[in-house]
Amino acid sequence: MAPENETAVGAEPAVPGSAPGGASPPDLLPKGESLLRLEGIGKSFGSVRALMDINLDIPAGLVTALVGDNGAGKSTMIKAISGISEPNEGAFYWKGQPVHIRHPKDATELGIATVYQDLALADNLDIVQNVFLGRELRKHFLLDEGAMEHRAKQALADLSVVTVRSIRQLVGSLSGGQRQAVAVARSVMQNAQLVIMDEPTAALGVTQTAMVIDLIKQLAARGVAVLVVSHNLTDVFAMADRIGVLYLGHIAGVGNTSDLDLQEVLELITTGGATHGA
Amino acid sequence: MEPESQPLAPLAPPHVEPSLVAFSRSRLKELRNGEVGVVPVLVGLVVLAIIFQIQDSAFLSAGNLTNLLVQGAVFILLGMAEVFVLVLGEIDLSTGFVAGIGAVITCELAGYPHNLPWWICVLAGLAATTAIGILQGTLITRLGLPSFVVTLAGLLGWEGVLIYLIQNAGGSNGGTIPITNNVLNDIVNGNLSVTAGWIVVGVIVVTFSIFIARRDGYRRANGLTASPPILTAFKIAGLVIVGAGVTLICNTNRGSLAELRGIPWVILLVLATLGAWTFLLGRTRFGRYLYAIGGNAEAARRAGINLRRVRTTAFALSGLTSGAAGIVFASRLGSISTDIDGGTLVLYAVAAAVIGGASLFGGRGKMVHALLGGIVIAAIYNGMGLLGLGAAEQDMVTALVLIAAVTVDSVARKGRTST
Repeated sequence: MAPENETAVGAEPAVPGSAPGGASPPDLLPKGESLLRLEGIGKSFGSVRALMDINLDIPAGLVTALVGDNGAGKSTMIKAISGISEPNEGAFYWKGQPVHIRHPKDATELGIATVYQDLALADNLDIVQNVFLGRELRKHFLLDEGAMEHRAKQALADLSVVTVRSIRQLVGSLSGGQRQAVAVARSVMQNAQLVIMDEPTAALGVTQTAMVIDLIKQLAARGVAVLVVSHNLTDVFAMADRIGVLYLGHIAGVGNTSDLDLQEVLELITTGGATHGA
Repeated sequence: MEPESQPLAPLAPPHVEPSLVAFSRSRLKELRNGEVGVVPVLVGLVVLAIIFQIQDSAFLSAGNLTNLLVQGAVFILLGMAEVFVLVLGEIDLSTGFVAGIGAVITCELAGYPHNLPWWICVLAGLAATTAIGILQGTLITRLGLPSFVVTLAGLLGWEGVLIYLIQNAGGSNGGTIPITNNVLNDIVNGNLSVTAGWIVVGVIVVTFSIFIARRDGYRRANGLTASPPILTAFKIAGLVIVGAGVTLICNTNRGSLAELRGIPWVILLVLATLGAWTFLLGRTRFGRYLYAIGGNAEAARRAGINLRRVRTTAFALSGLTSGAAGIVFASRLGSISTDIDGGTLVLYAVAAAVIGGASLFGGRGKMVHALLGGIVIAAIYNGMGLLGLGAAEQDMVTALVLIAAVTVDSVARKGRTST
């Protein structure tokens, strides 16, 4: 049973882009304030401890990157935060209030959106249709294409996505970076306050990667907390404000990007900081 | 339920007035990228018309063209039934015999010994075929069985049920249930009067023209993606030409002994179904979800769409539309018998949808594709019939056209993925 003080902050019915022109949702925290805090999160699969004693702050308006080798627990952590698999230990605090994230629905209601590596877009639908998929705006029970097109256009403009030829283009004809932008616009339309991105720059070319990094920075600049999971340290240093390193299921180190250098992070990833100490 | 969206605020950045040049350029690009739309089937229709007209000048006569549209009605309706499931990437092989069951129930209830009012009989027939659709859809979605197998079982099983029903029907006569009800007979055999035809078509054309003009005007005024004004004018002109053309053709006397003229009721029935289903697919959430599931089921699931419900509904609508096709089929023959070849009918249904431009791979297909594809199939049968060619040649040519259509679909698909 959920404790009495469990709250569902930010669980207002999602009115996608209800603010004129899709401006920032009103209930975003000021930049830098802790939006989601993980305290002592642990997850075991039988005797295997995939995560142990994870303490991490995900602040609003900043890009937090999670790095680590294969099997370090990055995916398990994404799954825990997005409600796909509930942790066995520890607690989540959303805007300072303890919350339970048991199902993907709980995460969505809090305002957590996950952009998976495969992006989950329908290639045969256009940009507007994908951005609003599952949350279509309606007027008299019919699809309100006009309103949806306006909001989608505005959302892409806010994210500084200028390269799409037409907003009515099929998503199947877009480049990798543009597809990523559509997926991010989707999360913006859900009024997400925390956007989790799984390997956003994997399999992208140089230009496309630059575009996606820009996109992620724009998203954070709107006051959204972004949690990026990535293998690519160069990209992580280019986009993240904070970096957390996972090593064999525990946090080997967390710090501001400006205080870290590549060599240090690389060492934490490979040895868990055995030589330096975490 | 989500609150209704608010009225539009004009978008700040000035938009560029869509010009015909820019529009054609982007349309050309789409064509090259494999968004071929209805172009191939329209070209095919013209080619067929030219070939048949050269071979036999009766092909393009008013009487024959009316006959062709009536012949096509069953293929078109069955094709529309198939579009619902093809868009999902599924298939319904049972539509032919499900149509037969709709016809049997309707004809039986309308005749001796029940003699119920025609509309009750039609409702009963449609309810039965819808229920069959729900049953098959439930098996497919709840048990996760492949639609190919479930509806293949349907193809066999519903034929058995059909034979059983006819053999045990009170009004049956040597494996045939005749239609004694005038209204049911008139679905295909009755015509609007010449004046009524002009009025009905006039109302349809004017309503749609106003709708198109207002929609495009609204989109342009609000800075939304829209076609240039000249294209709107073309669309309306096309609508007027097709409407007037069909009315003129149907209103020409096609009787040889007694005078026979007017638009057959069945054409209006097909148009009404086309309109309703196009609206459903294009303007409602259900329609949107159908395409989303056909395009990427996992994306649809993650977007919170209830896949089971949408899929089952699609099979139910397929059953409903098949039932309507069956009643039209019976009306044309004046009876329904155990001889109905549901196996061939379903192949025509799939062929009609695919020839028209629906994709067998899911995610793409419109109701108008079934209309165009159905007319193509009817044209082949009608034209080859005029030339005195038999079932052998007709089947072979249809097969070639089907292969051509699937090739276009497949090549178009490659074009899309390679860009």
